[in-house]
Parts: sequence; structure tokens; C-alpha cells
Amino acid sequence: MAQVLVVTSGKGGVGKTTSTAALGAALAHDGEKVVVIDFDVGLRNLDLVMGAERRVVFDLINVIHGVAKLHQALIRDKRLENLCLLPASQTRDKDALTEEGVAAVIAELRTKFDWIICDSPAGIERGATLAMRHADAAIIVTNPEVSSVRDSDRIIGLLDSKTAKAERGERVEKHLLITRYHSSRAARGEMLSIDDVLEILSTPLLGIIPESEEVLRASNIGSPVTLCNALSAPARAYFDAARRLKGDKVPMIVPSDNRGIFNKLFGRKAA
Amino acid sequence: MSLFNLFRRGTAPIARERLQILLAHERVARSQPDLLGILREEILAVISRHVAFEPDKVQIKMDRGKSVSTLEVDIEIPNGVTLTLAKAS
Ligand SMILES: Nc1ncnc2c1ncn2[C@@H]1O[C@H](COP(=O)(O)OP(=O)(O)O)[C@@H](O)[C@H]1O
Ligand SMILES: [Mg+2]
Repeated sequence: MAQVLVVTSGKGGVGKTTSTAALGAALAHDGEKVVVIDFDVGLRNLDLVMGAERRVVFDLINVIHGVAKLHQALIRDKRLENLCLLPASQTRDKDALTEEGVAAVIAELRTKFDWIICDSPAGIERGATLAMRHADAAIIVTNPEVSSVRDSDRIIGLLDSKTAKAERGERVEKHLLITRYHSSRAARGEMLSIDDVLEILSTPLLGIIPESEEVLRASNIGSPVTLCNALSAPARAYFDAARRLKGDKVPMIVPSDNRGIFNKLFGRKAA
Repeated sequence: MSLFNLFRRGTAPIARERLQILLAHERVARSQPDLLGILREEILAVISRHVAFEPDKVQIKMDRGKSVSTLEVDIEIPNGVTLTLAKAS
């Protein structure tokens, strides 16, 4: 049965779009049929991170308004044939996204894919609540930093009250994905530790993604980091997280700072 | 936390403690509608029944602590006397 996931956070810039692309590609790489949907109406970016920006013809809003059929708007990934993107529109009209329209699109996608991953916009307004509306499970993307943790807590509250599942008296399954983690800063007590974040949010951990320049490189060339450099530390962490989503038991690896070791060996010359 | 501890343990423990206190309050606030707003309105309504005051001469402060919070309502009434109501919750 299809699983609808929302990748959400409240706060912007924490890594939702990066994570949507990376997890979607990792699941597709493992043979699952995956569609990633950009809900960030007006500020679409998932197309860019996926490297599909020049192939966008129709978008989510066009499908909702009946201007295009769903299959016309879906963009098949060039690297993985079982990975598709449904782009957001660049319209400034936020009301273009309707509740019934989103419900119909999700229902149709459920018949075609194993995983439907919704990339939420930042904030707690309409766009964010519509992105989580039909979710079976949520991936809460959090940076180990006070404002991100606080916003995640608010989002957890919304997941428990504003989703279709919550209104039916069911629970949206929640997974915490800690991203942009600096192991050396955490070790020095400059950044909240994994345990701190887990204790405060009391949500099961899906994965820990280290801060890495590989993520920037991947977005520069328009490739999910899991396809661009599958052996890099962030890609491995995303692959492990994707397997946990499928229910596999994968030991949790707390990223260690390789550069830290390098610095120790070579006398910390690098700034 | 002392300066020495800040150097030794970093600022993360302070972040954790601040978050724990803040979120404890925000979670309660989410489950009940704007308690502070209701208190403010009702207190002002009661007072305005007995004395006339100007709305911009009202100061309301909320201080959230770990185990007690204080709500301080400071109203300047025309004859120059200030009436202070402090309430612990
Ligand atoms: N693990 C990471 N390491 C380094 N940079 C990252 C990481 N995750 C995200 N970023 C960068 O952070 C910025 C915001 O990421 P993005 O995925 O667009 O966040 P959001 O969708 O939550 O706004 C981007 O420039 C992205 O490249
Ligand atoms: Mg984004």
C-alpha cells in the first residue's frame, strides 16, 4: 500500500528540500516507485535540486485546476525511471492550492506509486498544513539549534491536530531527521547534542545527516546527494534513513568529524 | 552558569534548559486557548467597572519561570495612584 510522507519543519533552510530529494532518490534506487511533490507554491526549488528545472511544463496547480492531467505534469527522473517529480507552481496566489484539489491528486498518486513524498514549505500556514494534510507519516527535519527545535515542536502539535489522520482519531507516524549536524561542535558543547534534541522532542530518530559540502556540490549540479556521490557521509546517512522508513533495522551511526581527525593528525592548520 | 563553565562545557546546556522551559509552556498553551489573553481581558473588565483608566496606561508583563510564572498588571489610574495586581499561577 502507498505511503504518503510529509517532510516538514516549521523553520526554513533546515534541509527539507535536500532531504526530500535525497530520500526519494534513495528509495527509488532501492527499487521503490517514488514521487516527490513540491508544495512550496511560489518558491519552488525541488525541481532545481533534482536537476529537472528545464523540463517543467505543467505543475501541481495546473493539475488541481484541470489545466493538465496528472501524467502530463509528472516529470520522470533521467537517472532513475521509477522516480518522478511533481513540481510546484511559481504563482504568487497561495490560494491556488485547494483542499479538495490536493486530496484528489494524492488519491490518484496513491494508485501509481509506493511512496509519495511531500516537500513542505516553511511556516505553519496553509501551504504547510496542506502538505501534511494527507500524510500517513511525517519526517520532521530539525537542526540541533534552539529555533529549529522549537519550530519542530510546533509542527509536531500540528501533525497531531491538523492532519486528516488526526481528525479521524488516528496518529500520523513521526520520524525525526536531524540534519546539518556538526559532530565536533556537539562534542565541544557548542551545539545541542543528539540526546538533547531527542529528549526535548521525544520523537523516534530516523537518521542523523552531517553538515557536508557534498550537499552543496550535489545541489550545484542538480542531483540528489544520494545519486551524486552515494558513498559520501550525507548520502550514506540518507540511504540508512530510507531503509529505516521501509522498516529495516539499520544501526544508527552518529557521524564523526573526519576533518577533525585530519586536523588532529596534521596539527589543526586548517581554519 | 559561570564563565568558567561556559568555557568548559559550552553553551549547549543553556540552550537545552531554555528550550525545556519554553516548550513546557508552549505545549500547555497549545492545549488551552490563550490563557494570558483571557486573564488580561477579564482583569481589565473588572477594574474598568470601578475606575476609569486609559488603555495606554496599562502595562502587562508575563514572566515564565520553571515552576511558577507571574502575571503583572500595572494600571495607572487618573489621580496618580498606581494600582498593582500581581498574580502567581
Ligand atoms: N547536510 C547539509 N550540509 C550542508 N548544507 C546543507 C545540508 N542540508 C541542507 N544544506 C543546505 O542548506 C540550505 C537549505 O536547504 P534546503 O534543503 O533548501 O532547506 P529547506 O527546504 O528546509 O528550506 C541549502 O543551501 C542546502 O544546500
Ligand atoms: Mg525547501
